[in-house]
Amino acid sequence: MTDTATVPSLQAQKGRSLWTDGVRRLRRHRLAMLCFLIIVLYLSLAGFTYLAEIFDWDVNVVKWSEEVGESYQRPTMKHPFGTDIFGQSVLRKTLYGAKTSITVALCASLISLAIGVPLGAVAGYFGGIIDEVVVWVYSTLSSIPYILLILAFAVVLQDKTFLGVKITGISTVYLAIGLTSWVGICRLIRGEVIKRKQGDYVLAARSYGCSAPAIIFRHLLPNVFHIVIINFSLRFVGFIHAEVILSFLGLGEADRPSWGAMINDARIELSRGVWWQMTAATIAIFFLSLALNIFGDALRDSLDPKLRTR
Amino acid sequence: MTTYIIRRLLYTIPIVFGVLLLTFILFNLVGGDPAIEMAGKNATAETIAEIRAEYGLDKPLFFSWDSQFINHFKNALTFHFGRARDRELIADKILRGAGPSLSLTVPMFFGTVAISVSLSLVVAFLRGSRWDTLIVILCVAGMSLPYLSFILFGQYFLAYKFGWFPVFFSPDLVTAEYIALPVIIGIVAGLGGNLRFYRTVMLDEMKSDYVRTAFAKGLSTKRVLFKHVLKNAMVPIITQVVLAIPFLFLGSLLLERFFGIPGLGYLMVEAIGSRDYFVINAMTYISAVLFVVFNLVTDICYVLVDPRVSFD
Repeated sequence: MTDTATVPSLQAQKGRSLWTDGVRRLRRHRLAMLCFLIIVLYLSLAGFTYLAEIFDWDVNVVKWSEEVGESYQRPTMKHPFGTDIFGQSVLRKTLYGAKTSITVALCASLISLAIGVPLGAVAGYFGGIIDEVVVWVYSTLSSIPYILLILAFAVVLQDKTFLGVKITGISTVYLAIGLTSWVGICRLIRGEVIKRKQGDYVLAARSYGCSAPAIIFRHLLPNVFHIVIINFSLRFVGFIHAEVILSFLGLGEADRPSWGAMINDARIELSRGVWWQMTAATIAIFFLSLALNIFGDALRDSLDPKLRTR
Repeated sequence: MTTYIIRRLLYTIPIVFGVLLLTFILFNLVGGDPAIEMAGKNATAETIAEIRAEYGLDKPLFFSWDSQFINHFKNALTFHFGRARDRELIADKILRGAGPSLSLTVPMFFGTVAISVSLSLVVAFLRGSRWDTLIVILCVAGMSLPYLSFILFGQYFLAYKFGWFPVFFSPDLVTAEYIALPVIIGIVAGLGGNLRFYRTVMLDEMKSDYVRTAFAKGLSTKRVLFKHVLKNAMVPIITQVVLAIPFLFLGSLLLERFFGIPGLGYLMVEAIGSRDYFVINAMTYISAVLFVVFNLVTDICYVLVDPRVSFD
């Protein structure tokens, strides 16, 4: 057929974009693909739990509160991670915890990106007094030790009502993390925009009368978007660990299972030789973090080799 | 140099102002009035009013020389933090906690820096070998374990099961006895991330031309690593060391909680439990001031270690 003969030559002329190039490099990295699979597994577990709760499906994950045996039963074939003080299955609680953790990390990421990216872009593009104010705000935030800042926000926001919405449990956690962790991405985007705003394509856009918001959002941001993605995947781990610490300190989810709450239970249980709840939560956090760490690094290396040293 | 320090000090004024503004917004505007909660369920209006007067919450928020806004700044700048919820002076609480906290964080800090920098030199020496790969894998694995797991399992196995260390703080123990295990756990928990960072720094330096020259003129690897690479890697090392200080705070917060050490971290955890805004406010401000001071010290250190950085 003549068609098949012409197609490859057309593709060869087209050239590859940054994204196809990056994805191609990533595909060759076998370990990274395995990690990607693990991340997808965790995400679909969380999504499945949501769906099961909404549609009232009869699956074990959402029945975490059911009493399946005696209190503190050792791990058996039937209950691979044993039972907790109420005789609830630790395995079910661990699986349910994925939903809590991933919800927190996703919402916190979205909040911090929604604040950091536009603020950084606007500060970098306009410069002058706007830039100085933004830099002042984030220098202030970053001069308070991160964990203390999150704790202060969480303590103040907990059980408060804003615009008719009461902030409790899990929303305290992601609001506190999201509102405090936009500094890093804001700083990065500001630097990139300052570097790129003298570029030819920005000059061209300006010369045919593009407005400033259009230049920032249509021309500059798509060109620095890979930085957002890299930052997002590397920060996700930090958010999951922050959720664990906040829940542990009693500022997080109180009514449903979370990995942090499980570790908090384990604090007393361990001295009685009950190690399975702690082990289950640790394993769950460990594999998700490991996959995210390795995948994030691989993503950075394939999308932006220049950032490699950091 | 004096002018440089003065200029840097002037630069910290807006930062301290910003921190105070933030804590005012957080604790006075958003946090609101804790008087009703403090007075308890069956309190009369009089008791609540008394508590408000005691903590200065009855004053206007803004627009007066005696407003809460002005007092917030005045108290912070003179380090008068008033009383905590349990009526004890916050300054006393902090001074009492500073000792145990410092005895925990100072060895942890120097231990972390010494161990991770020297290990990273060893790893840089082993670069490209199977050991190098193994160490990198172990580092990423260590970074992926939650901090709490390090503490809980460390405490359970090393102190409770094997009995090598005391499980909890008690006043009749010598300092070295009760801080030994927390310090070890703190160092091990942070090792993964630190070692990986320093390894990258060292390997970057190893690629430089001056290292090749040093090897070419026949210097031993030991001499190149310690005399040339380490000196040139000082700037990123100093940056990382200062960046690690806020994480030390997290370490001491959780470690003190688990080992019952009555330091600042323990004070903070208690304050979170009882929602004591006054203590959290004071701690936030003090740690921000310390951070600003450390930053200043770092900038001066840059000039001392790197002649290319000037005072201008």
